[in-house]
Amino acid sequence: MTSNMKASLSANQEPGQNLSGIFRNRRNSLLDAMIAAFLIQDGITNGAVYALLGLALVLLFSVTRVIFIPQGEFVAYGALTLALLDGAKVPATISLLVSFGVIAFLLDLWGMRRGTDARTFLRSVGLNLVLPGAIYGITAALAPLGLPSVAKALLTVLIITPMGLYIYRIAYRPLADASVLVLLIASVGVHLAMMGLGLVFFGAEGLRAEPLADENYTVGMLMVSAQSLCIYGATIAIIVALYLFFERTLLGKALRATAVNRLGARLVGVRTHLTGVTAFTLAAAIGAVSGVLIGPITTIYYDTGFLIGLKGFVAAIIGGLGSFPITAIAAIGVGLVESFSSFFASSYKEVIVFGLIIPVLIWLSLSHAFHEEE
Amino acid sequence: MKIERLLPGLAGIVLLSVVPLLPVPPFWITILNNIGLASLVTIGLVLLTGVGGLTSFGQAAFCGFGAYTTAVLSTNYGVSPWLTLPLSLLVGAATALPLGLITVRLSGHFLPLGTIAWGLALYYLFGKIDLLGRYDGISGIPPVEFAGYRFLSDDSIYYLIWFFVVAVAIGARNLLDSRIGRGIRALRGGGQAAEAFGVNVVRAKLTVFVFAAVVAALSGWLYAHMQRNVNPTPFGLSMGIEYLLMAVVGGSGHVWGAIFGASIVLILKDVLQRFLPDLIGTTANFEMVVFGILLVVILQLSRDGLWPLVLKALPARPPKPVPVSDRKLSRRTLAPAGTPLIRVDKARKAFGGLVAVNDVSFEVPAGRVVGLIGPNGAGKSTTFNLITGIASLTGGTVFYQGQPMSGDSPRQIARHGIARTFQHAKILPDMSVLENVALGAHLRGSAGVFRSFLRLERAEEAALLAEAAIQLDRVGLSEYRDRSAGDLALGQIRILEIARALAADPTVLLLDEPAAGLRHGEKQELASLLKKLREEGVAVLLVEHDMGFVMGLVDHLVVLDFGTLIAEGRPADVRKHPAVVAAYLGGAA
Repeated sequence: MTSNMKASLSANQEPGQNLSGIFRNRRNSLLDAMIAAFLIQDGITNGAVYALLGLALVLLFSVTRVIFIPQGEFVAYGALTLALLDGAKVPATISLLVSFGVIAFLLDLWGMRRGTDARTFLRSVGLNLVLPGAIYGITAALAPLGLPSVAKALLTVLIITPMGLYIYRIAYRPLADASVLVLLIASVGVHLAMMGLGLVFFGAEGLRAEPLADENYTVGMLMVSAQSLCIYGATIAIIVALYLFFERTLLGKALRATAVNRLGARLVGVRTHLTGVTAFTLAAAIGAVSGVLIGPITTIYYDTGFLIGLKGFVAAIIGGLGSFPITAIAAIGVGLVESFSSFFASSYKEVIVFGLIIPVLIWLSLSHAFHEEE
Repeated sequence: MKIERLLPGLAGIVLLSVVPLLPVPPFWITILNNIGLASLVTIGLVLLTGVGGLTSFGQAAFCGFGAYTTAVLSTNYGVSPWLTLPLSLLVGAATALPLGLITVRLSGHFLPLGTIAWGLALYYLFGKIDLLGRYDGISGIPPVEFAGYRFLSDDSIYYLIWFFVVAVAIGARNLLDSRIGRGIRALRGGGQAAEAFGVNVVRAKLTVFVFAAVVAALSGWLYAHMQRNVNPTPFGLSMGIEYLLMAVVGGSGHVWGAIFGASIVLILKDVLQRFLPDLIGTTANFEMVVFGILLVVILQLSRDGLWPLVLKALPARPPKPVPVSDRKLSRRTLAPAGTPLIRVDKARKAFGGLVAVNDVSFEVPAGRVVGLIGPNGAGKSTTFNLITGIASLTGGTVFYQGQPMSGDSPRQIARHGIARTFQHAKILPDMSVLENVALGAHLRGSAGVFRSFLRLERAEEAALLAEAAIQLDRVGLSEYRDRSAGDLALGQIRILEIARALAADPTVLLLDEPAAGLRHGEKQELASLLKKLREEGVAVLLVEHDMGFVMGLVDHLVVLDFGTLIAEGRPADVRKHPAVVAAYLGGAA
């Protein structure tokens, strides 16, 4: 019974629809508690992924003032890349990566048209041409061999992470002085382009990746899959790593300084482009990890990333686009609301999750004093 | 108005009205209809984004409200489309208002984020509600009828659509070119200056947001009666993003740019959908990628869109003459010289543990110039902000003619006739010098949105502009009247701020370092202007570092040091005061 339910749960992204029939027929308190436990587990699992995305969004906004709508696209790219690697196919993402690198290089060249030194030029070649070329070579050579799952996951993160760097170079660096509003509109443009490219490169078919590990463990009356344990572990590890990065490293402190006062950080010698690059690369890496984690538990289409990313946004907005801990907690809350509403009002799931933002905005509006525009 | 100024518009209208009569392929008319519908939405967005500095990704949802309102009422209840028109607009406004109310007080990016979530939620909601026909939508919507004529064909509804486009565009331009419009245009600069002259910034933001929603609902109403069926797809988030793209491409500050942007995007979309599949061998909607790249590239290369480039290519239009007005604006009666107007009583401002202003008390009487001096960091500008309501008092009270006004907003304080300049000049660089000054006279007019939209407030507007011109004359900036305020030199900008304050017909003038950046001659002119104002009975409070300027002008000096009042009195006495000497020269006095 339990394993059946778990199987149906993992086979469908909306657990509520499968369970609601059982729930209505056999209403007893044990089942109620079990269903609640399932819904909570499901909510926390998704919430953990939303938390990762929410943290990446807060990180990007505080350092670069970019409201990064396309964060979800990294998730979709990651999940789809992993799914293709599962089939021992060479993922199209590597061509995309090389194209991004070439465009970034051409922009660098244009920037250098009035002369440059050899070091800058070589760095640009290395970063924009050699790096994606090497990743392309490695992937093309290894992918058909059928790698172990951890290697596939690492390779996926390796492919997606540099994209953050190129997206920053191509879309945002020329806009570094722009207002939050302009950056936000640009983000929507980047989102459209990345989602469209996802459609071109991956097609309209949805894909589901294989889990990193297949085992299931029984904890009391709950079945806990190894995949959800991976999700919890990865989320906690990333939060700890981010904490150490910001507290213990000079680069992390430079990022914090930039977040507090851009001009001030510049005056004491922080290179704000470097902090921008770092923030975007981190965000892409977090997005790729999220994709690897969520790819095996739900079918991902080229446009799924957007919706997943927006749920991270709901959490980030609850955190006022500034607080890491509130964002992480809020993300778990968003996951729970989603999982319970998919059970009790499945057809209104999205309405409820995105409608959640309205009371949040009311609360923010009442708790903040009049906010002077920048 | 001169006929040359009307000519381009008339030519455009004539051209629009003959297009369907020409032997053009039918799909041209279809595209033109779509351009018209999109232009309506985009005009709203241009006002919101380019002019007001806010934005929305959810305009398509407002179209949906307009379209579904008329669809439900005209099919289920047989209500005439002409009766559903006002209802559609009302529903658009009623749905925008609450969202606007909860977001406009937050920083600018919460409104667009709210509209993304809102747009998504509403799209799913449209598809779930039985009354709205779920994802199948509603069909069999009756066409619009006028005097027995049914707007059935593409050709006929074309006239209806473009009638509304032209009417809304002209109305939007009227609105921008008015007292209300100046308040809206001031939002982009942060709104602090506007607030200091009585513009209700929150209300101005709400006004543009609701206006944008109402024109989007109008577009939805037209769409429903053109298409004769509605379903959720055209009201989703992706359409909302497309509308924003149109506004950005066209030029986010220009009403005509909205139509231009809508045309470019829709024609490009048509071309891409027609040719791209053959070119790259996929049926995927690749135009998404092109649009995304286009949006980023335009923001990078031409942030104000493409319309300004078109304007540059066109011959420049002559500047509008300043209207002559025989209507006199009402003036405040000034209190007799010596009456205390402002009384600061034990004003205190603490930032955490730091006391920036420490129980300071002084008076500013009518017909006197009071100088507020002190070394850097003495708390002079903070005192200013306490009087004008920009900063809140930690303790103590500020009175105006005996009435306490602590806790009042800058806007309410401006109503008393208290006008100010800023230490860091806050002008609106894109507006003309004259319009910047006219912003100061905001509270002396009363025309609202509707009268401005319909251009029924011309007499009042003429009087406001004439008053602004008089004040410019008075401070000697007349020759720069039609220039952009951003072109002026720093000293001129300070003078411009004084003219703007004078346009408010002030009883009290607060000047924060007005002489900084002025040349010697300019300082002398400023001093004689202030002396003249004093004779008229205006009270002046002056923060200034130039001691020569201060000593020769003021009747009374207040000296602050580290937030505390250390001396006050006649300039000659204060000068010799040991505490003052110590504060300025240091040493063990």
